[in-house]
Amino acid sequence: MSSVLILGAGPAGLAAARAARRRGASVTLVDSSEQLGGQFWRHLPAERPAARERILHHGWDTFRALQAQLVADDGCRILTSASVFAIDATASPSTTGTGPGRVHVIVGPSDGTGRERIELLPDAIVLATGAHDRTLPFPGWDLPGVFTGGAAQALAKGERLAVGAHVVVAGAGPFLLPVAASLAATGSRVLGVFESSRLSSLVRGWLPRPWQLLPAAKKGAELAGYIGGQLKSRIPYTTGASVIAAHGTDRVESVTVASLDKNWTPVAGTERTLAVDAVCVSHGFTPRLELAIAAGCQITDERFVAVDDAQATSVPGVYAAGEITGIGGVDLALAEGALAGHAAAGGNPFDLPGEVRKRRIYEGFARRIEAAHGIRPGWPDMVTDDTIVCRCEEVSFGALCSTAESTASTSLRSLKLTTRAGLGICQGRVCGRSLEQLIARRLPGNTLGDTVSTDRRPIAVPLRLGELAAAARPTDPSPTTPTPLADPPKGPTS
Amino acid sequence: MTARLLPFSDDPIRPSSPASVSIQFDGAPIEGVSGQSIAGVILASGPLGFRRTSVSGKSRGVFCGIGVCFDCLVEVNGDRDVRACQRRAVDGDVVVTQHDALPGSIA
Ligand SMILES: Cc1cc2nc3c(=O)[nH]c(=O)nc-3n(C[C@H](O)[C@H](O)[C@H](O)COP(=O)(O)OP(=O)(O)OC[C@H]3O[C@@H](n4cnc5c(N)ncnc54)[C@H](O)[C@@H]3O)c2cc1C
Ligand code: FES
Repeated sequence: MSSVLILGAGPAGLAAARAARRRGASVTLVDSSEQLGGQFWRHLPAERPAARERILHHGWDTFRALQAQLVADDGCRILTSASVFAIDATASPSTTGTGPGRVHVIVGPSDGTGRERIELLPDAIVLATGAHDRTLPFPGWDLPGVFTGGAAQALAKGERLAVGAHVVVAGAGPFLLPVAASLAATGSRVLGVFESSRLSSLVRGWLPRPWQLLPAAKKGAELAGYIGGQLKSRIPYTTGASVIAAHGTDRVESVTVASLDKNWTPVAGTERTLAVDAVCVSHGFTPRLELAIAAGCQITDERFVAVDDAQATSVPGVYAAGEITGIGGVDLALAEGALAGHAAAGGNPFDLPGEVRKRRIYEGFARRIEAAHGIRPGWPDMVTDDTIVCRCEEVSFGALCSTAESTASTSLRSLKLTTRAGLGICQGRVCGRSLEQLIARRLPGNTLGDTVSTDRRPIAVPLRLGELAAAARPTDPSPTTPTPLADPPKGPTS
Repeated sequence: MTARLLPFSDDPIRPSSPASVSIQFDGAPIEGVSGQSIAGVILASGPLGFRRTSVSGKSRGVFCGIGVCFDCLVEVNGDRDVRACQRRAVDGDVVVTQHDALPGSIA
């Protein structure tokens, strides 16, 4: 019997846990949140039951079934409010001699004091840490009232809180639609959704191979549903335009919206101002790679975790699934998760042809999303000298440029050290990739003088010194697994 | 008008009547709904910004909502640097805003 540790309890991690249990592995599932479900199925806490919560979600029954099955299963230990802060890949292997290293976890209320530290030495790990919003910097994006789309979504689904009464949603990608729909369902008036990509690139991205859409019809229907819903609640959807500035003193009071050309450079003379009390901006997602990097996994040129057909990474015993291997949405995360959990427990992808098929279909969908909505190189034209580029250390674009000039620096590492950009408490999660692009754009050949990655973070979540100094509880025994979880009924997998 | 909690009686998902939670925010009592994050309780009570930055003293509040950006830091029951969006409000919590002075300056 092998022990499988799953990091992240979103769609990918939940599917992985169930698949590993079906093969009889002993499973530990860890998530920093208090709930299962990840970003997609973020829901109301148990003390706020609602008869029709399902209308806020897609695939709610899939989630409830996964959750019920895993919670009731003795062979699956679930650790919530448990953050993985480090993976020590050099640590001695587990009892079977194949373990990928020692995993350090801190358990207790977020950022509390005196939380408990535990260390795990599993035979295999499935990384399913998901992604967070990528928001490009623009003037005023640091004002209170400017939120990521994910923040609006999390507060709407998890608390029934609307971030504003008059809201604009902007950025790029199909995710803007569920954000707008959630806001509308929570009582906000959504004045408009502004999609940076132009209709022509949306058409190019979505339609080069229309037959590919057929098997992904479910996803197509979901998007159509959002668009239909928008029309019903009269939310205008504008392509080739975005919010390029937010205004206000201590909070956002209005935004400037402008047309963008095909490279996302704002078109002069097209600006107009809208009065808002909140604006939600997302330009896509950044995968949470730090644990994969700590485990020693190879990262692709597109900066996702590299995996093979079995979702195995370059490190023996380490598997990866969901948004960290490519942004593809919930259905791809579920299929990859099932294959990763199955393989981590010793199975072969050929055992699950249905999941392999789904993965192929939804990968096609992911490629179309990237082709249609991917970030275009003209975005830095929104950024002015006064625009804060690193929110934590409050470094403006002007300061970054003048330091680069005065030190003739072409290296990200030295610019970070001299300006402190990217070195604040968020560890460059929010600004890292944008900084790289802003600096590279000023250099010949658009390339940085070094290859330092802003994705590397040896300590993944902040700890208090006292907690670090306290002894960790010795490696927990894995849950004993009386019987594998029952296989699904024959026929299409859930 | 600003951020607000959808009244449960208007909510299409038909929630049952929620229990309330009450916390101290910079000395004043504010009320939320049981299970909410501290950030959610603060936002629904009015302020969008509830921290001042160390360099320019600018106002900040919730940005990412999922624990990634660290813009929503507050002091909770004496512990500094707690992400308000990640910490569940517990009855009686004493929450104080943080206005960090730069190292070396006089707070
Ligand atoms: C805020 C937000 C809202 C979203 N809402 C939607 C939506 O409504 N519709 C849609 O189509 N897509 C949405 N997405 C896109 C979404 O990422 C995917 O659709 C889907 O959730 C991906 O599943 P996943 O399992 O790969 O990752 P996730 O669902 O992101 O799950 C990853 C899990 O890993 C946990 N984790 C990460 N790091 C650690 C650590 N160090 N220690 C412990 N746990 C950790 C996280 O807490 C999280 O629960 C949203 C994304 C975000 C960021
Ligand atoms: S709002 Fe980003 S960490 Fe709380």
